[in-house]
Amino acid sequence: MLIPAFILAVPPLSPTNIFAPASTPAQSIFDLSLFVLEVTGAIFVVVFSLLAYAVVKFRKRSSSEGREPAQVYGSSQLELAWTVIPVLIVVTLFLAAARVIASVQNAPKPDSAIDVTVIGHQFWWEYRYPSLKVVTANELHIPVSDPAHPTPTFLTLLSADTDHSFWVPRLAGKTDLIPNHPNSMWVDPHETGLFLGQCAQYCGTQHAMMLLRVYVQTRDEFDRWIREQSQPAQSTSVISEGQKIFERTACINCHAVAGTAANGRFGPDLTHLMSRDTFASGAAPNTPANLRQWIKDPSAIKPGSKMPAMGLSDSELDAVTQYMETLR
Amino acid sequence: MYCLIAAEVAIFTIFVIAYIFYIGKSVSGPQPSEVLHPPIFLTVCLLSSSLTIHLTVRFLRSGQIASFGLWWLLTIVLGTIFLLGTFREWRHLIYDEGLTIQTNLFGTTYYSLVGLHAFHVTVGLLLLTTMSIFTFRGDVGKQHSGRAEVLSMYWHFVDVVWVVVFTVVYVVGR
Amino acid sequence: MPTESISLTGPIATRGPLLEQLHQWVTTVDHKRLGLLYIFYAVVFLVIGGVEATIMRIQLIRPLNNFVSPEVFNRMFTMHGTTMIFFVAMPLVFGFANYLVPLMIGARDMAFPRLNAFSFWMTAFGGIFLYFSFIGGDGLYGAGNAPDVGWFAYAPLTSQTFSQGHSTDFWTLSLLVSGIGSIGTAINIIATIFCLRCKGMTLGKMPLLAWLNLTMGGLVILVIGPLTAAQLMLLVDRYLGGHFFDTQAGGSAVIWMHFFWIFGHPEVYVLVIPAFAFVSEIVPVFSRKAIFGYPIMVAATVGIGFISMSVWAHHMFTVGMSSSGNTFFVLSTMAIAVPTGIKIFNWLATMWGGQVHFRVPMLFCIAFLFQFLIAGLTGVMLAAAPFDWQLTASYFVVAHFHYVIVGAILFGIFAAFYYWYPKMSGRMYNERFGQLHFWLFTIGFHLTFDFMHIPGILGMPRRIYTYEPGRGWDSWNLIVTIGVLFQAVGVLVFVGNLLWSYWRGAIAGSDPWDAWTLEWSTSSPPPAYNFARIPEVRSRRPLWDLKHPEDPDWHYE
Repeated sequence: MLIPAFILAVPPLSPTNIFAPASTPAQSIFDLSLFVLEVTGAIFVVVFSLLAYAVVKFRKRSSSEGREPAQVYGSSQLELAWTVIPVLIVVTLFLAAARVIASVQNAPKPDSAIDVTVIGHQFWWEYRYPSLKVVTANELHIPVSDPAHPTPTFLTLLSADTDHSFWVPRLAGKTDLIPNHPNSMWVDPHETGLFLGQCAQYCGTQHAMMLLRVYVQTRDEFDRWIREQSQPAQSTSVISEGQKIFERTACINCHAVAGTAANGRFGPDLTHLMSRDTFASGAAPNTPANLRQWIKDPSAIKPGSKMPAMGLSDSELDAVTQYMETLR
Repeated sequence: MYCLIAAEVAIFTIFVIAYIFYIGKSVSGPQPSEVLHPPIFLTVCLLSSSLTIHLTVRFLRSGQIASFGLWWLLTIVLGTIFLLGTFREWRHLIYDEGLTIQTNLFGTTYYSLVGLHAFHVTVGLLLLTTMSIFTFRGDVGKQHSGRAEVLSMYWHFVDVVWVVVFTVVYVVGR
Repeated sequence: MPTESISLTGPIATRGPLLEQLHQWVTTVDHKRLGLLYIFYAVVFLVIGGVEATIMRIQLIRPLNNFVSPEVFNRMFTMHGTTMIFFVAMPLVFGFANYLVPLMIGARDMAFPRLNAFSFWMTAFGGIFLYFSFIGGDGLYGAGNAPDVGWFAYAPLTSQTFSQGHSTDFWTLSLLVSGIGSIGTAINIIATIFCLRCKGMTLGKMPLLAWLNLTMGGLVILVIGPLTAAQLMLLVDRYLGGHFFDTQAGGSAVIWMHFFWIFGHPEVYVLVIPAFAFVSEIVPVFSRKAIFGYPIMVAATVGIGFISMSVWAHHMFTVGMSSSGNTFFVLSTMAIAVPTGIKIFNWLATMWGGQVHFRVPMLFCIAFLFQFLIAGLTGVMLAAAPFDWQLTASYFVVAHFHYVIVGAILFGIFAAFYYWYPKMSGRMYNERFGQLHFWLFTIGFHLTFDFMHIPGILGMPRRIYTYEPGRGWDSWNLIVTIGVLFQAVGVLVFVGNLLWSYWRGAIAGSDPWDAWTLEWSTSSPPPAYNFARIPEVRSRRPLWDLKHPEDPDWHYE
């Protein structure tokens, strides 16, 4: 129980520390957890002291050889006491928990809330902003929320295949994405920055690499990002060799690039691929070399990924990578 | 036997819960109200067989082996009628109505629940038939009434389950 | 009264040839031999499950490691969990119950010896079938592999779409088969306790171990059914085109979770209640005092049994149940802490004012008390649903349940091993090596499972084959892995001690611990018929009455 206190005392031990809340749900949980830790800590100290005392004080000594100690079979008062006191403790903890459940799950949704639909896939995250007409993948951008004029983000959680779970510890507790069972959660981050997390419900081979990156931005930055994301891909007068290969091979079966012939939905939307710091849901930094490696053979970076190796030649790979580079 | 019945009840409870949970949730295909007709005659047969088995165990306890054998056989006949009737209903559902276990949620839960029950009826009939064979060979006497009673408990359990299944599937679910 | 006995083990010269001895073991219906078969079987799988855990820990010793592939890792955690629960812990619990219950209630055998044998072989077959999956799991596709869907096999990951081949079916079928064995054993335990107690032993006078195994048996009867039902439904989905968990057809993935956890939660009480039983028998003997509060211990246990059936959805706090649903399960889960806490206090009170002898069984019991306390408290933390929203599916909960299963259950089982080893084998184990096992294992346990809580708090989810550096998880994972080494050596010392002592240990005699329950009144090991004359008892501690005729227990009960 001393351990969490020590964790709190030391500056950023981890970008995913549940005891470093940056949003109201995470904060409410943190406050409750401190209360629970205090109560359980106290219980531990009391019972452990009794155990330690008993083990020391009543150990067999050579002086007591041959005699059995007094046989005590029970005591109604004691038994009543250690029934009633735990019941009281349970009631207290229960009420504390019930209050937080209600405040988090039944929080009203203000008009200023941003709506995002999160769709979990094996092994990436799809993000849709229905009213803002943006579709993107793997890196979520949301505005910071001023406690005086809150602008929380409400997430609707769906799944395209199997169970997943959205867990960004500093922003909120985790909520599962279950097919045919929409869920919802909300966050209202109090500070800007990048918040990390990952899928927390085993979903198959690459569950471990289904990472979460949530970029909390100022309102201006967020609006600008939305504007950029809602543009179609910049069209060029001459269609590049890479784009031709992209549209000719099976790439477009899975991927979409707004404003072109590609509108596959099985894989991430690539319209603004180069606006992201990473790809393959955080598995690799977004550099040309990594991109090329990925297109050549995804399983070298993320074995078990659903994207097959497309069997492209070296020159085809160069062309397609160059095309990807234009998707800003 | 009571313990075994308790364990089996637990299994059936889960199938019943699944059935109830999925009532009305099939997205396509035949619905219960369209294709199900309460099997009254079959139910009467099965429930009567509980009565006959109850009577026959008393015969055995008092040593009337011949009557025991007869009414025991009658129980088996009634149970068999039930089983055959169930299969006839299924044939109708599959070939005429197009409802299979794959069709929709109703199909899956219906065939699983009724099928699980029919499986238990089948096992029961096998056990009862075994007893019949021993009876007709003359090996069964008054001292075996305890064992007959244990079998009859199993049979009563099968009937009680049918009452529940009947109510859930043919009454509530329609 | 102490019985005369004729040892049937006999000098080696008169035992038959090896084949005949093996045949006797394979066809035995004697509860003692079946108990030992369960226990041997479980210890073998304990080592195998431990190897699987070691492989995982080596893979996780540092970030972005590639000791094993993700596919292999995912099979490891699935097999490790399934093996430890169903083919280590359950057989150990059933093995000890089989051996001890008839002896402690003064019976000659279980009520249904042939059903007993059948149940053992069903369980045994289940385990072997599961491991066959390493060879045959992929069916037509290739070299074969084991299930990789996690030990609770959530839908729709287990559907044909996401789990091709037969690996998932090995999981389903092996558990289905061993579930039948479990029900058989539970029927036996219940019938034996209700019908075969010796004269004078009313339900209120039987040892706590009998009461607790009775509760365990009742739980098994009620909760294996839901698992069986869910698995049948899964088979219908996978092979008959059913839609129970087919979300595309309107089916529900959540309903699998409900069905599984309706089994899964009481299952852990099936495992821990017998551990309570061992502690309840051992602590009094090594404190030289009667158990404190026998009636309330019985009531608390039965209460735990009932409440445990109403808490299951605390495994599902994050799936999106309503706030009232979540709140109910918070209440029921926290409620179960009350009878559990009562038991801890009663064990403490038993030691209080006594004379504590620190023999190896008692060392394990004291560690049990300490560790079960902590496990219970982390359980209370998890019961607070919002806190659970952060902690569930992370290494915190993995640490919690290993604290219960290893720190409480396995420690209780080790205590039982050492306490009843003299009775079962006729020899004393080596005390020094027993202590060495204790300290090695306890140090290793704490290195691994104390520190495992921290990565959970720092956001590390479970079931991941690797992790990013820079999350603050690296050093903790290293310490956790190091602890495994100590535990492994401890277990080797343990097994070695059991084996060595069988041939070289001091002769134990019928009652080496100066204990008070009926099994100590017959020879070590007991003859096949247990007692020459069925005993008659007047109190809960019949041997105490014999040894203290001036102050017997039945004056006070």
